[in-house]
Amino acid sequence: MSEVRLLVGTRKGAFILTSDGKRNHWDIAGPHFGGWEMYHLKASPADPDRLYASQSTGWFGQLIQRSKDGGKTWEPVDNKFVYDGVPGTHQWYDGTPHPWEFKRAWHLEPSPTDPDTVYAGVEDAAMFRTTDGGKSWHELPGLRNHGTGSQWQPGAGGLCLHTILIDPSDPQRIFIAISAAGAFRTDDGGTTWKAINQGLRSGHIPDPAAETGHCVHHIAMHLSRPNTLFMQKHWDVMRTDDRGDSWHEVSGNLPTDFGFVIDVHAHEPETIYVVPIKSDSEHYPPDGKLRVYRSRSGGNEWEALTKGLPQSDCYVNVLRDAMSVDALDSCGVYFGTTGGQVFASTDAGDSWKPIAEHLPAVLSVEAQTLR
Amino acid sequence: MSVRVELPAHLRTLARVGSEVSIEVSGAVTVRSVLDALERDYPVLRGTIRDHLTHKRRPFIRFFACESDLSLDPPDTSLPDAIACGKEPFLVVGALAGG
Repeated sequence: MSEVRLLVGTRKGAFILTSDGKRNHWDIAGPHFGGWEMYHLKASPADPDRLYASQSTGWFGQLIQRSKDGGKTWEPVDNKFVYDGVPGTHQWYDGTPHPWEFKRAWHLEPSPTDPDTVYAGVEDAAMFRTTDGGKSWHELPGLRNHGTGSQWQPGAGGLCLHTILIDPSDPQRIFIAISAAGAFRTDDGGTTWKAINQGLRSGHIPDPAAETGHCVHHIAMHLSRPNTLFMQKHWDVMRTDDRGDSWHEVSGNLPTDFGFVIDVHAHEPETIYVVPIKSDSEHYPPDGKLRVYRSRSGGNEWEALTKGLPQSDCYVNVLRDAMSVDALDSCGVYFGTTGGQVFASTDAGDSWKPIAEHLPAVLSVEAQTLR
Repeated sequence: MSVRVELPAHLRTLARVGSEVSIEVSGAVTVRSVLDALERDYPVLRGTIRDHLTHKRRPFIRFFACESDLSLDPPDTSLPDAIACGKEPFLVVGALAGG
Protein backbone atom coordinates (compact mmCIF):
# COMPACT_ATOMS: atom_id res chain seq x y z
CA MET A 1 0.00 0.00 0.00
CA SER A 2 1.37 3.37 -0.94
CA GLU A 3 1.85 6.12 1.59
CA VAL A 4 2.49 9.83 1.21
CA ARG A 5 4.53 11.80 3.69
CA LEU A 6 4.62 15.59 3.69
CA LEU A 7 7.49 17.38 5.36
CA VAL A 8 6.23 20.81 6.33
CA GLY A 9 8.55 23.54 7.60
CA THR A 10 6.99 26.50 9.39
CA ARG A 11 8.02 29.63 11.24
CA LYS A 12 7.57 27.85 14.56
CA GLY A 13 8.46 24.23 14.00
CA ALA A 14 8.21 21.27 11.64
CA PHE A 15 5.23 19.04 11.03
CA ILE A 16 5.02 15.68 9.31
CA LEU A 17 1.72 14.80 7.64
CA THR A 18 1.10 11.23 6.56
CA SER A 19 -1.65 9.47 4.66
CA ASP A 20 -2.22 6.25 2.85
CA GLY A 21 -2.38 6.23 -0.93
CA LYS A 22 -5.99 7.33 -0.95
CA ARG A 23 -4.92 10.63 0.62
CA ASN A 24 -8.30 11.19 2.25
CA HIS A 25 -7.22 11.26 5.88
CA TRP A 26 -4.04 12.84 7.14
CA ASP A 27 -2.27 12.43 10.46
CA ILE A 28 -0.29 15.41 11.68
CA ALA A 29 2.80 14.85 13.84
CA GLY A 30 4.60 17.73 15.47
CA PRO A 31 5.62 20.33 16.13
CA HIS A 32 9.16 19.09 15.91
CA PHE A 33 11.64 21.74 17.07
CA GLY A 34 8.79 23.94 18.31
CA GLY A 35 9.56 27.63 18.29
CA TRP A 36 12.34 27.34 15.70
CA GLU A 37 12.13 28.48 12.09
CA MET A 38 12.20 25.35 9.93
CA TYR A 39 13.12 26.66 6.52
CA HIS A 40 13.30 23.29 4.80
CA LEU A 41 13.13 19.55 5.36
CA LYS A 42 13.91 17.00 2.68
CA ALA A 43 14.37 13.25 2.40
CA SER A 44 17.08 11.35 0.63
CA PRO A 45 15.78 9.77 -2.59
CA ALA A 46 18.21 6.94 -1.93
CA ASP A 47 16.92 6.27 1.60
CA PRO A 48 13.42 7.67 2.16
CA ASP A 49 13.66 7.45 5.94
CA ARG A 50 16.79 9.59 5.98
CA LEU A 51 15.61 13.15 6.49
CA TYR A 52 17.51 16.38 6.84
CA ALA A 53 16.09 19.56 8.35
CA SER A 54 17.28 23.14 8.56
CA GLN A 55 16.52 24.62 11.98
CA SER A 56 17.31 28.22 12.88
CA THR A 57 16.36 31.30 14.84
CA GLY A 58 17.74 34.79 15.05
CA TRP A 59 18.65 34.09 18.66
CA PHE A 60 20.59 30.86 18.44
CA GLY A 61 21.63 30.59 14.80
CA GLN A 62 21.66 27.53 12.60
CA LEU A 63 21.30 23.85 13.38
CA ILE A 64 20.96 20.91 11.03
CA GLN A 65 18.94 17.92 12.20
CA ARG A 66 19.02 14.43 10.73
CA SER A 67 16.56 11.59 11.10
CA LYS A 68 17.13 7.97 10.16
CA ASP A 69 13.60 6.80 10.86
CA GLY A 70 11.39 9.04 8.78
CA GLY A 71 11.18 11.82 11.33
CA LYS A 72 10.27 9.86 14.45
CA THR A 73 13.59 10.76 16.09
CA TRP A 74 16.19 13.35 15.23
CA GLU A 75 19.80 14.07 16.01
CA PRO A 76 21.68 17.33 15.52
CA VAL A 77 24.63 17.12 13.16
CA ASP A 78 27.29 19.69 12.34
CA ASN A 79 26.16 23.30 12.13
CA LYS A 80 29.46 24.89 11.18
CA PHE A 81 29.09 26.70 7.85
CA VAL A 82 32.33 28.55 7.24
CA TYR A 83 33.02 30.27 3.95
CA ASP A 84 36.12 29.13 2.15
CA GLY A 85 38.98 31.63 2.39
CA VAL A 86 38.45 35.35 2.87
CA PRO A 87 34.72 35.87 2.24
CA GLY A 88 34.96 39.34 0.70
CA THR A 89 31.89 41.45 0.03
CA HIS A 90 28.69 41.55 -1.97
CA GLN A 91 26.41 44.52 -2.56
CA TRP A 92 24.12 45.68 0.22
CA TYR A 93 20.62 47.03 -0.49
CA ASP A 94 22.01 50.55 -0.83
CA GLY A 95 24.72 49.45 -3.26
CA THR A 96 27.60 49.62 -0.77
CA PRO A 97 29.92 46.65 -0.23
CA HIS A 98 28.78 44.36 2.58
CA PRO A 99 30.77 41.49 4.12
CA TRP A 100 29.60 37.98 3.34
CA GLU A 101 27.99 36.66 6.55
CA PHE A 102 26.35 33.28 7.12
CA LYS A 103 22.76 33.61 8.37
CA ARG A 104 20.83 30.40 7.68
CA ALA A 105 20.37 27.41 5.40
CA TRP A 106 17.37 27.91 3.13
CA HIS A 107 17.35 24.65 1.21
CA LEU A 108 18.78 21.15 1.69
CA GLU A 109 19.05 18.92 -1.37
CA PRO A 110 20.10 15.32 -0.73
CA SER A 111 21.96 13.48 -3.47
CA PRO A 112 19.78 11.22 -5.63
CA THR A 113 22.11 8.30 -4.97
CA ASP A 114 23.95 8.76 -1.66
CA PRO A 115 22.07 9.38 1.61
CA ASP A 116 25.20 10.88 3.18
CA THR A 117 25.67 13.54 0.51
CA VAL A 118 23.58 16.68 0.83
CA TYR A 119 23.87 20.12 -0.72
CA ALA A 120 22.88 23.16 1.32
CA GLY A 121 21.90 26.52 -0.14
CA VAL A 122 22.55 29.25 2.40
CA GLU A 123 22.22 32.96 3.08
CA ASP A 124 24.46 34.90 2.39
CA ALA A 125 24.41 33.03 -0.88
CA ALA A 126 26.71 30.05 -1.10
CA MET A 127 26.57 26.32 -1.70
CA PHE A 128 27.82 23.86 0.91
CA ARG A 129 28.06 20.09 0.74
CA THR A 130 28.39 17.28 3.21
CA THR A 131 29.50 13.83 2.15
CA ASP A 132 29.38 12.29 5.62
CA GLY A 133 25.74 12.63 6.54
CA GLY A 134 26.08 16.11 7.96
CA LYS A 135 29.08 15.56 10.22
CA SER A 136 30.90 18.31 8.35
CA TRP A 137 29.98 20.89 5.74
CA HIS A 138 32.32 22.39 3.17
CA GLU A 139 31.69 25.23 0.78
CA LEU A 140 31.86 24.82 -2.97
CA PRO A 141 33.56 28.19 -3.35
CA GLY A 142 33.52 28.33 -7.12
CA LEU A 143 29.97 29.66 -7.01
CA ARG A 144 30.53 32.55 -4.62
CA ASN A 145 33.77 33.32 -6.37
CA HIS A 146 32.00 33.54 -9.70
CA GLY A 147 33.34 36.74 -11.23
CA THR A 148 30.09 38.56 -10.53
CA GLY A 149 29.86 37.65 -6.83
CA SER A 150 30.85 41.06 -5.53
CA GLN A 151 27.91 42.56 -7.46
CA TRP A 152 25.23 40.25 -6.07
CA GLN A 153 22.64 41.97 -3.93
CA PRO A 154 19.97 40.64 -1.58
CA GLY A 155 16.30 40.40 -2.33
CA ALA A 156 13.82 41.38 0.37
CA GLY A 157 14.33 38.01 2.05
CA GLY A 158 18.10 38.26 2.03
CA LEU A 159 20.86 37.13 -0.32
CA CYS A 160 19.69 33.54 -0.29
CA LEU A 161 20.48 30.46 -2.34
CA HIS A 162 17.07 28.82 -2.27
CA THR A 163 16.85 26.41 -5.21
CA ILE A 164 19.06 23.40 -5.94
CA LEU A 165 18.20 21.02 -8.79
CA ILE A 166 20.42 18.05 -9.58
CA ASP A 167 20.23 16.68 -13.12
CA PRO A 168 19.28 13.01 -12.69
CA SER A 169 20.94 12.11 -15.99
CA ASP A 170 24.22 13.71 -14.94
CA PRO A 171 24.67 14.45 -11.22
CA GLN A 172 27.66 16.63 -12.04
CA ARG A 173 25.19 19.12 -13.50
CA ILE A 174 23.44 21.21 -10.87
CA PHE A 175 21.20 24.25 -11.27
CA ILE A 176 20.84 26.76 -8.46
CA ALA A 177 19.09 30.09 -7.99
CA ILE A 178 19.86 33.06 -5.79
CA SER A 179 17.73 36.05 -4.86
CA ALA A 180 18.67 38.46 -6.26
CA ALA A 181 21.61 37.29 -8.33
CA GLY A 182 19.89 34.89 -10.72
CA ALA A 183 20.34 31.32 -11.88
CA PHE A 184 23.62 29.45 -12.22
CA ARG A 185 24.68 26.05 -13.54
CA THR A 186 27.64 23.84 -12.90
CA ASP A 187 28.57 21.02 -15.26
CA ASP A 188 31.44 19.74 -13.15
CA GLY A 189 29.92 18.98 -9.76
CA GLY A 190 30.25 22.47 -8.38
CA THR A 191 33.82 23.41 -9.21
CA THR A 192 32.93 26.04 -11.81
CA TRP A 193 29.67 27.86 -12.43
CA LYS A 194 28.06 29.71 -15.28
CA ALA A 195 25.40 32.41 -14.92
CA ILE A 196 22.38 31.28 -16.94
CA ASN A 197 20.17 34.34 -17.13
CA GLN A 198 20.05 35.15 -20.83
CA GLY A 199 16.52 36.12 -21.74
CA LEU A 200 15.55 37.35 -18.27
CA ARG A 201 14.57 41.00 -17.98
CA SER A 202 14.31 42.72 -14.60
CA GLY A 203 13.27 46.30 -14.09
CA HIS A 204 14.97 46.74 -10.74
CA ILE A 205 18.52 46.71 -12.11
CA PRO A 206 20.26 49.33 -14.27
CA ASP A 207 20.61 46.97 -17.24
CA PRO A 208 17.38 44.93 -17.33
CA ALA A 209 19.14 42.17 -19.28
CA ALA A 210 22.32 42.05 -17.21
CA GLU A 211 24.23 38.81 -16.72
CA THR A 212 23.28 38.74 -13.02
CA GLY A 213 21.07 40.72 -10.64
CA HIS A 214 17.78 38.95 -11.38
CA CYS A 215 15.49 38.05 -8.51
CA VAL A 216 14.70 34.44 -9.34
CA HIS A 217 12.13 33.12 -6.89
CA HIS A 218 12.08 29.44 -7.74
CA ILE A 219 12.91 26.94 -10.49
CA ALA A 220 11.32 23.55 -11.17
CA MET A 221 12.37 20.62 -13.34
CA HIS A 222 10.74 17.37 -14.40
CA LEU A 223 13.12 14.49 -13.75
CA SER A 224 12.58 13.08 -17.26
CA ARG A 225 13.47 16.37 -18.96
CA PRO A 226 16.46 17.93 -17.25
CA ASN A 227 17.14 20.28 -20.16
CA THR A 228 13.83 22.04 -19.53
CA LEU A 229 13.42 24.31 -16.54
CA PHE A 230 10.50 26.46 -15.44
CA MET A 231 11.14 29.62 -13.44
CA GLN A 232 8.98 31.88 -11.34
CA LYS A 233 10.89 35.13 -11.32
CA HIS A 234 10.09 38.18 -9.18
CA TRP A 235 7.89 39.13 -12.12
CA ASP A 236 7.53 36.79 -15.12
CA VAL A 237 7.21 33.05 -15.52
CA MET A 238 10.02 31.79 -17.72
CA ARG A 239 11.07 28.63 -19.51
CA THR A 240 14.27 27.23 -20.93
CA ASP A 241 14.77 24.14 -23.09
CA ASP A 242 18.54 24.32 -23.29
CA ARG A 243 19.61 23.91 -19.67
CA GLY A 244 19.31 27.59 -18.95
CA ASP A 245 21.40 28.92 -21.84
CA SER A 246 18.38 30.93 -22.97
CA TRP A 247 15.02 31.68 -21.40
CA HIS A 248 11.72 32.89 -22.82
CA GLU A 249 8.63 34.15 -21.08
CA VAL A 250 5.57 31.89 -20.73
CA SER A 251 3.43 34.08 -18.44
CA GLY A 252 0.71 34.15 -21.10
CA ASN A 253 -2.75 34.82 -19.70
CA LEU A 254 -1.87 34.75 -15.99
CA PRO A 255 -3.70 37.47 -14.02
CA THR A 256 -0.33 38.54 -12.61
CA ASP A 257 3.04 36.98 -13.28
CA PHE A 258 4.44 37.79 -9.85
CA GLY A 259 4.69 34.83 -7.47
CA PHE A 260 7.00 32.55 -5.60
CA VAL A 261 6.25 28.86 -6.23
CA ILE A 262 6.38 26.85 -9.41
CA ASP A 263 6.22 23.10 -9.80
CA VAL A 264 5.80 20.37 -12.42
CA HIS A 265 3.31 17.48 -12.54
CA ALA A 266 4.94 14.17 -11.61
CA HIS A 267 3.98 12.42 -14.85
CA GLU A 268 3.29 15.20 -17.34
CA PRO A 269 6.43 17.24 -18.03
CA GLU A 270 4.45 20.00 -19.76
CA THR A 271 1.96 20.45 -16.90
CA ILE A 272 3.09 23.16 -14.52
CA TYR A 273 1.64 25.04 -11.57
CA VAL A 274 2.04 28.55 -10.18
CA VAL A 275 0.22 30.64 -7.59
CA PRO A 276 -0.06 34.23 -8.88
CA ILE A 277 0.45 36.91 -6.24
CA LYS A 278 -0.81 40.44 -6.72
CA SER A 279 2.48 42.34 -6.74
CA ASP A 280 5.93 42.69 -5.26
CA SER A 281 4.57 44.88 -2.47
CA GLU A 282 1.20 43.15 -2.05
CA HIS A 283 2.08 39.58 -1.25
CA TYR A 284 -1.38 38.06 -1.47
CA PRO A 285 -3.58 36.67 -4.24
CA PRO A 286 -5.41 39.11 -6.54
CA ASP A 287 -9.00 39.88 -5.53
CA GLY A 288 -8.70 37.90 -2.30
CA LYS A 289 -9.06 34.65 -4.28
CA LEU A 290 -6.54 31.87 -3.76
CA ARG A 291 -6.06 30.36 -7.18
CA VAL A 292 -3.54 27.86 -8.43
CA TYR A 293 -2.93 28.26 -12.15
CA ARG A 294 -2.14 25.22 -14.25
CA SER A 295 -0.73 25.09 -17.73
CA ARG A 296 -0.88 21.81 -19.64
CA SER A 297 1.16 23.25 -22.48
CA GLY A 298 4.36 24.14 -20.67
CA GLY A 299 3.25 27.73 -20.17
CA ASN A 300 1.47 30.57 -21.95
CA GLU A 301 -2.00 29.02 -21.66
CA TRP A 302 -3.13 28.88 -18.06
CA GLU A 303 -6.33 27.82 -16.30
CA ALA A 304 -7.42 28.85 -12.83
CA LEU A 305 -7.92 26.01 -10.34
CA THR A 306 -10.32 27.16 -7.65
CA LYS A 307 -12.42 24.21 -6.50
CA GLY A 308 -11.96 23.87 -2.76
CA LEU A 309 -9.76 26.94 -2.39
CA PRO A 310 -10.96 30.11 -0.62
CA GLN A 311 -12.42 32.49 -3.18
CA SER A 312 -13.05 35.51 -1.01
CA ASP A 313 -11.15 37.49 1.61
CA CYS A 314 -8.01 35.39 1.29
CA TYR A 315 -4.77 37.33 1.75
CA VAL A 316 -2.13 34.68 2.36
CA ASN A 317 1.07 34.07 0.46
CA VAL A 318 2.62 30.83 -0.81
CA LEU A 319 6.37 30.93 -0.36
CA ARG A 320 8.94 29.63 -2.81
CA ASP A 321 9.58 26.16 -1.37
CA ALA A 322 5.99 25.60 -0.23
CA MET A 323 4.65 23.52 -3.15
CA SER A 324 5.36 19.90 -3.97
CA VAL A 325 3.92 16.95 -5.87
CA ASP A 326 3.69 13.26 -5.10
CA ALA A 327 4.31 10.47 -7.62
CA LEU A 328 1.12 8.45 -7.29
CA ASP A 329 -0.76 7.60 -10.48
CA SER A 330 -3.17 10.46 -9.96
CA CYS A 331 -0.64 13.14 -9.18
CA GLY A 332 -1.04 14.78 -5.79
CA VAL A 333 -0.23 18.48 -5.52
CA TYR A 334 0.34 20.18 -2.18
CA PHE A 335 1.05 23.69 -1.03
CA GLY A 336 1.26 25.58 2.24
CA THR A 337 0.37 29.18 3.00
CA THR A 338 1.62 31.90 5.28
CA GLY A 339 -1.76 31.57 6.99
CA GLY A 340 -0.85 28.08 8.17
CA GLN A 341 -3.01 26.04 5.81
CA VAL A 342 -1.79 23.08 3.80
CA PHE A 343 -3.95 22.33 0.78
CA ALA A 344 -3.91 19.04 -1.10
CA SER A 345 -5.20 17.94 -4.46
CA THR A 346 -5.38 14.26 -5.39
CA ASP A 347 -6.45 14.96 -8.96
CA ALA A 348 -3.59 17.04 -10.31
CA GLY A 349 -5.17 20.29 -9.17
CA ASP A 350 -8.76 19.89 -10.33
CA SER A 351 -9.99 20.07 -6.73
CA TRP A 352 -8.44 20.91 -3.38
CA LYS A 353 -9.05 20.46 0.30
CA PRO A 354 -7.24 21.70 3.38
CA ILE A 355 -5.39 18.94 5.20
CA ALA A 356 -4.04 21.25 7.92
CA GLU A 357 -5.61 24.61 8.68
CA HIS A 358 -4.00 26.15 11.72
CA LEU A 359 -0.26 25.67 11.51
CA PRO A 360 2.25 28.51 11.88
CA ALA A 361 3.18 30.24 8.64
CA VAL A 362 4.35 27.57 6.19
CA LEU A 363 7.84 27.99 4.77
CA SER A 364 8.25 24.75 2.87
CA VAL A 365 6.42 21.61 1.79
CA GLU A 366 8.09 18.47 0.44
CA ALA A 367 6.07 15.41 -0.59
CA GLN A 368 7.44 11.89 -0.37
CA THR A 369 5.80 8.95 -2.07
CA LEU A 370 6.46 5.80 -0.06
CA ARG A 371 5.57 2.53 -1.72
CA MET B 1 35.76 24.94 39.83
CA SER B 2 32.18 23.79 39.45
CA VAL B 3 30.21 26.57 37.81
CA ARG B 4 26.44 26.69 37.41
CA VAL B 5 25.08 27.86 34.06
CA GLU B 6 21.45 28.65 33.41
CA LEU B 7 20.32 28.27 29.80
CA PRO B 8 17.34 29.65 27.86
CA ALA B 9 14.54 27.23 27.09
CA HIS B 10 15.46 26.45 23.49
CA LEU B 11 19.03 25.58 24.40
CA ARG B 12 17.88 23.37 27.28
CA THR B 13 15.79 21.41 24.81
CA LEU B 14 18.66 21.21 22.39
CA ALA B 15 21.16 20.05 25.02
CA ARG B 16 18.55 17.83 26.69
CA VAL B 17 19.16 19.33 30.12
CA GLY B 18 17.17 21.12 32.77
CA SER B 19 17.26 24.84 33.36
CA GLU B 20 20.70 24.68 34.91
CA VAL B 21 23.86 22.68 34.31
CA SER B 22 27.05 22.36 36.35
CA ILE B 23 30.33 22.37 34.52
CA GLU B 24 33.92 22.03 35.63
CA VAL B 25 36.04 25.03 34.70
CA SER B 26 39.79 24.88 35.08
CA GLY B 27 41.85 28.00 35.72
CA ALA B 28 40.38 31.49 35.77
CA VAL B 29 36.60 31.61 35.65
CA THR B 30 35.74 33.98 32.80
CA VAL B 31 33.01 34.17 30.17
CA ARG B 32 35.39 32.53 27.73
CA SER B 33 36.41 29.66 30.03
CA VAL B 34 32.81 29.04 31.07
CA LEU B 35 31.61 28.90 27.46
CA ASP B 36 34.59 26.74 26.48
CA ALA B 37 33.64 24.25 29.20
CA LEU B 38 29.95 24.44 28.32
CA GLU B 39 30.64 23.68 24.67
CA ARG B 40 33.06 20.91 25.66
CA ASP B 41 30.37 19.17 27.68
CA TYR B 42 27.51 20.00 25.30
CA PRO B 43 28.91 20.16 21.75
CA VAL B 44 25.44 20.74 20.32
CA LEU B 45 25.57 24.25 21.78
CA ARG B 46 28.54 25.23 19.62
CA GLY B 47 27.53 28.12 17.40
CA THR B 48 24.30 28.81 19.28
CA ILE B 49 25.69 31.24 21.88
CA ARG B 50 28.77 32.58 20.11
CA ASP B 51 30.21 32.37 16.62
CA HIS B 52 32.07 29.17 15.79
CA LEU B 53 35.22 30.91 14.63
CA THR B 54 35.37 34.40 16.11
CA HIS B 55 33.67 33.46 19.39
CA LYS B 56 31.77 36.73 19.14
CA ARG B 57 28.55 36.66 21.19
CA ARG B 58 25.49 36.23 19.01
CA PRO B 59 23.52 39.47 18.69
CA PHE B 60 20.44 38.27 20.58
CA ILE B 61 22.32 36.66 23.46
CA ARG B 62 23.08 38.36 26.77
CA PHE B 63 25.19 37.26 29.76
CA PHE B 64 23.95 38.13 33.25
CA ALA B 65 25.38 37.28 36.67
CA CYS B 66 24.81 38.50 40.20
CA GLU B 67 22.21 40.97 38.95
CA SER B 68 24.68 42.55 36.54
CA ASP B 69 24.82 42.60 32.76
CA LEU B 70 28.22 41.24 31.71
CA SER B 71 27.42 41.05 28.02
CA LEU B 72 29.79 43.79 27.00
CA ASP B 73 32.67 42.84 29.28
CA PRO B 74 35.78 41.49 27.56
CA PRO B 75 35.51 37.68 27.50
CA ASP B 76 38.63 37.20 29.61
CA THR B 77 37.35 39.34 32.50
CA SER B 78 37.12 37.31 35.69
CA LEU B 79 33.56 36.54 36.70
CA PRO B 80 32.38 37.41 40.23
CA ASP B 81 33.51 35.09 43.04
CA ALA B 82 29.91 34.03 43.62
CA ILE B 83 29.92 32.53 40.10
CA ALA B 84 33.33 30.93 40.48
CA CYS B 85 32.37 29.18 43.71
CA GLY B 86 28.98 28.07 42.42
CA LYS B 87 26.93 30.19 44.78
CA GLU B 88 25.22 32.02 41.91
CA PRO B 89 24.53 30.82 38.34
CA PHE B 90 25.92 32.39 35.19
CA LEU B 91 22.90 33.25 33.07
CA VAL B 92 22.81 32.85 29.29
CA VAL B 93 19.76 34.81 28.23
CA GLY B 94 17.95 35.18 24.93
CA ALA B 95 17.30 38.88 24.38
CA LEU B 96 13.71 39.83 24.97
CA ALA B 97 12.07 40.19 21.58
CA GLY B 98 8.78 39.22 20.03
CA GLY B 99 8.31 36.70 17.31
